[in-house]
Amino acid sequence: MPDARMEPFRPDAVTDVTDVLCPLTFVRAVAALDELEEGQILEIRLNDGEAARNVPLSLKDEGHQVLRLTDNGDGTCSLLVRKLEN
Amino acid sequence: MAVDYAALKNGGFMRQKQKNHFSMRLKVVGGELEASQLAAIAGIAEKYGRGRVHLTARQGVEIPFIKLSDVERVKAELVSKGVFTGVCGPRVRTVTACQGSAVCPGGCIDTYALARSISERYFGRELPHKFKFGVTGCRNNCLKAEENDFGVKGVYFVSWSSAACSLCGVCVKACRQGAISLREDALIMDENLCNNCGRCVKACPAGAWKGEPGYLLSFGGLFGNRIAQGRQILPPLRDTETLFRAADAALDFFDEYGRPGERFLSAIERAGWDVFEKSVQAEVPRA
Repeated sequence: MPDARMEPFRPDAVTDVTDVLCPLTFVRAVAALDELEEGQILEIRLNDGEAARNVPLSLKDEGHQVLRLTDNGDGTCSLLVRKLEN
Repeated sequence: MAVDYAALKNGGFMRQKQKNHFSMRLKVVGGELEASQLAAIAGIAEKYGRGRVHLTARQGVEIPFIKLSDVERVKAELVSKGVFTGVCGPRVRTVTACQGSAVCPGGCIDTYALARSISERYFGRELPHKFKFGVTGCRNNCLKAEENDFGVKGVYFVSWSSAACSLCGVCVKACRQGAISLREDALIMDENLCNNCGRCVKACPAGAWKGEPGYLLSFGGLFGNRIAQGRQILPPLRDTETLFRAADAALDFFDEYGRPGERFLSAIERAGWDVFEKSVQAEVPRA
């Protein structure tokens, strides 16, 4: 039986922050989440390294639900986040 | 009038090169001041100094150009507004701290609370030479723990619960040590690589990683004429009670072995690190 935790999430929107550095990675991610309704999912493409280490933590601290971080194998990662209102 | 320079120095008055002028060192703990204290300091600087302050390398504040004849009046005026003078000379100096877990998302320990406790217990205590405590909240080490005679660094004792884990992969990237890897249905943690930084706990969106605060101590750091990195001789400690036992032992050792005018590290080196380690480790229960 497949692990229920590995069910696929379908993003409602995609944003790419690989062209900016901290703190703009976070700012742009938050701006993109602002455009969504509560419960919708945003996929954020970000650079491996500092952004992949810090953006998930920052969005968690903002009260959103971090769902998955996948290494794309090309120096970038994809982060799935569900928007939650606080 | 004969000037009692020793008494002036106890009270944190630093002689300036300008005759009869002193730079007044104020007591600051953990780099934190109330806005009302800042206002009082500003008022004194305007009234008795030259309208300026100096922010010191160790989070202190000094008001330069105080006239010798005004010293007692300035002191009394400051105290009435909740500002106290600092110390110089051979004693425990300003306890420094980063903002720690009270403010900073990275903080593993409450650095302000700990800095205040350390200051209440030791500030101004006379020793063979100056003695500096510094408290940093996490492995990022913004406060540079190891440059102090006694450094404290916040860490986490971490543990992982399979049941709560969503296998999202966030901690794999959050860990700078590369200690965590993701399998299809589990996380693998290499405990030999873990440095207790606690970033897995901070980053985990599912609450699967739990962390308990810990205190990593360093001894014998110097960052003046001689530069030396404080040494870790103990595993991370789990409570401040044990931390204070270790600090008591370190200061007692300095009192016993230190010669006047000799820094803590020199005393340790002359007595031998093994002797020092034994005297501190005797106070710390084995994990």
